[in-house]
Amino acid sequence: MAAFLEIRNVSKSFGTGSSRVEVLKNINLTIEEGEFIAIVGFTGSGKTTLISLIAGLIEPDEGEILLKGKRISGPGPDRGVVFQNYSLLPWLSVAGNVNMAVKQVFPKMKSKERKEHVARYIEMVNLTSALHKMPSELSGGMRQRVSVARALAMDPEILLLDEPLSALDALTRGSLQIEIERIWRESKKTVMLITNDVDEGILLADRVIPLKPGPRATLGTIFPINFKRPRDKATINADENFKKERNAINSYLMELGKFRSASNKKVYHLPQIEPQLPRQKKAIV
Amino acid sequence: MGRKILNSFHWLGFSFLEPLVRLIRGEEPKKNGLIIFRKVIVPIASVLLFLGVCNYFAHYLYAVERERKIEKTLATQGEEAALAMQECIDSGDLSCKPNSLPSPGDVWNGAVTLIEDHKTISADKEAFREKTAGINAKRKAQGKEPITYTGRPSFVDQIMTSLETVFAGFLLAALLAIPAGIVLGLSETLRTALNWVIQIFKPVSPVVWLLLVSMVVKTILASADMDKSFVISFISVGLCSMWATLVNTAMGVSSVDKDYLNVSKVLRLGVFSNVFKVILPSSIPLIFTGLRITLSVAWMVLIAIELLAQSPGLGSFVWEEFQNGANDSNAKIIVAMFVIGGIGFALDRMMMLVQKAVSYESRA
Repeated sequence: MAAFLEIRNVSKSFGTGSSRVEVLKNINLTIEEGEFIAIVGFTGSGKTTLISLIAGLIEPDEGEILLKGKRISGPGPDRGVVFQNYSLLPWLSVAGNVNMAVKQVFPKMKSKERKEHVARYIEMVNLTSALHKMPSELSGGMRQRVSVARALAMDPEILLLDEPLSALDALTRGSLQIEIERIWRESKKTVMLITNDVDEGILLADRVIPLKPGPRATLGTIFPINFKRPRDKATINADENFKKERNAINSYLMELGKFRSASNKKVYHLPQIEPQLPRQKKAIV
Repeated sequence: MGRKILNSFHWLGFSFLEPLVRLIRGEEPKKNGLIIFRKVIVPIASVLLFLGVCNYFAHYLYAVERERKIEKTLATQGEEAALAMQECIDSGDLSCKPNSLPSPGDVWNGAVTLIEDHKTISADKEAFREKTAGINAKRKAQGKEPITYTGRPSFVDQIMTSLETVFAGFLLAALLAIPAGIVLGLSETLRTALNWVIQIFKPVSPVVWLLLVSMVVKTILASADMDKSFVISFISVGLCSMWATLVNTAMGVSSVDKDYLNVSKVLRLGVFSNVFKVILPSSIPLIFTGLRITLSVAWMVLIAIELLAQSPGLGSFVWEEFQNGANDSNAKIIVAMFVIGGIGFALDRMMMLVQKAVSYESRA
C-alpha cells in the first residue's frame, strides 16, 4: 500500500537571478494515515513554505507531493489548513465562518443538517457559547479554535497546522495543546503540525522532524516519540525520557543553528561618524 | 434608559452630548463639567467670536463704502446732493444702501425673507392647484397634458432640486465606479492599462466636464422632450465625482488581505463566490470611504455646475442673486453659502452612518 502522504524530492526557490533564494531543497517525507507529525525549526527556515506546498497554495519547482497516491495540484478542501494568524473572515460570525466552509465543501447538505454539522465541530473546540459572536469579539486562543473547527468541519484527509499556537500566550497555548491532542484522538485525522517549540512537538507528535535551517533547508533526523496517549503535560514533564528527547532535539537544532550563523556571517562596515558641534551663531549685520 | 440614550447619541455621532447627559444625571460633576466646557462651551464661544469678527469687518466695509458713495455724489452732483445722500444712507433707507459685505444681522434678515418668500410661493402654488384641479381633470379625460405651475421657484424648491440632482449624480457615479473599480481591482493588467486614463481624467475641472457632457447630450437628446439641463448637470456631477470611488474600490479589491484569499483558495471558491463572499465584504470599508468622498465632491461641484448650466438649483440661485444686485442679494448669497455648507455636512454625516452600519470594522 502506498503511503498516505508522500513528499518526494521537493525543492522550492523564490526570485530569479542573483536574488534567487533556494528555500527548500530535496525534501523527502512519508506520513502514515492517522499519524501526528511535528516539524520543528527556526523561524525563517522555510516551515511555512513547506506547509504552503502541501496545501497547494504554491507549486514546487522540483519533485512532487502525493496524497493517497494522487499528485497534489492546487489547493483543496481535502487538506484543511489552520493558518498562523487565524484568517477568519471578520464580517462573518463564528458559525458563519465555519458554515461558509461547510457549504462550499458539502454543497448538497440540507440546511438543517449543515447547521448540526457546524454546531458539532464548534462544540468539539468548546466554543458553543460563542456561536454567534464576531471574530473581533474573541480572544486569540478562541479565534484559533474557530480556525481549527473550520478546518475540521471540511472533513479533510489531513490537517495542516501552521504554527497555530505561536501567537498565543503561554497559558492559552498549554490548554490548546491538550485540546489539539484530544481533537486528534477523537477525529482520527492525520495531522501535520509546524512549530518552533520543541516541547510542543514532543508533547503532541508521534514523530518530531527538525527542518534544517534554510536557505536550502532539508529535513533532519527523525525523532520518534513514544509516550503513552492520552498525553498530559504534567506526567510528560516529570518523565526522564522527555528531558532526554528534548535535549537531543535541542542540541541537534543548536548544532544546525551554529552552522547557519557561521555560514551567514557578514561583515558590516560601520561609518565613522564624529558628532558635529553646533556652530556659534553670527550676528547678521 | 440613560444607557440607551448614550448609545444612540454615540451611534449618531453626537457623542459630544454624552457628558451633558451624564452631568444631568449627576455623574462625576467635576470631570463632566470640564468636558462640557471644552467640548460644548468653547465651540459655542468660538462661533460667537467668529460672528463678532464678521460683524466688525462688515461694519468696517460698510463705512468705507458709505464714504465712497458720499464722495462720489459730492464730486458729481455737488454738496447738497451729498448731504441728502448721507442723510438717506443714515436713515436706513434701502434705496440708497451701500452695497457691501452683509453683517450677520443682514444675513439673518435675508434668511427670514427667503422663508417668507417660500411661504408666499407655496400658498400661491396651492391656490393655483385648487384653481386648475377641475380643468386638469378635464384635460386628463381628453388625453391632454395637465397645466403645471410655472411660477418662480422658492429657495426651498431650489434646495430640493439641488438635492435631486446631487443624488442622481451620486447614483450614477456609484453605478459606474463600483463595478468598474471591482474589475480594475481584480485585474492588474487592466489597472496598469487604464491607470493613465484615470490619472488624466481625475483632475479635470467640473466646468470642462460640463462642456463635454453638454456636447454629447445636446446631440443625443436633441429631439427628446426632456429637461436637458437637469440631465447635463447630473451626468457632469456623476463624472466629476466618481473617481474617488473608482480608485478606492480598485484599491480595496486589489489589496484584500492575503489570508482571506488563501482561505478562499483552500475552499476552492469559484470566481463568483470569491468576489461576493470574500473580496467585496473585505473591501466594503474602502468602497464606502470612496463613496463618502464622492458624495462630498458631488455636492461641491454641483453648485458650480448648476451655476454654469443654468439648471435650477442652489447654484443658479446664487448666480441669479449675484446678477440681481438688489440690496439684500448679498445677504441671500451668504444665506445660500451656509445652507450649502450645512447640507454638505449633513450628507457627509449620513454617509458616515451608512458606512458604520455596513462595514465590519465598527462592529468590534
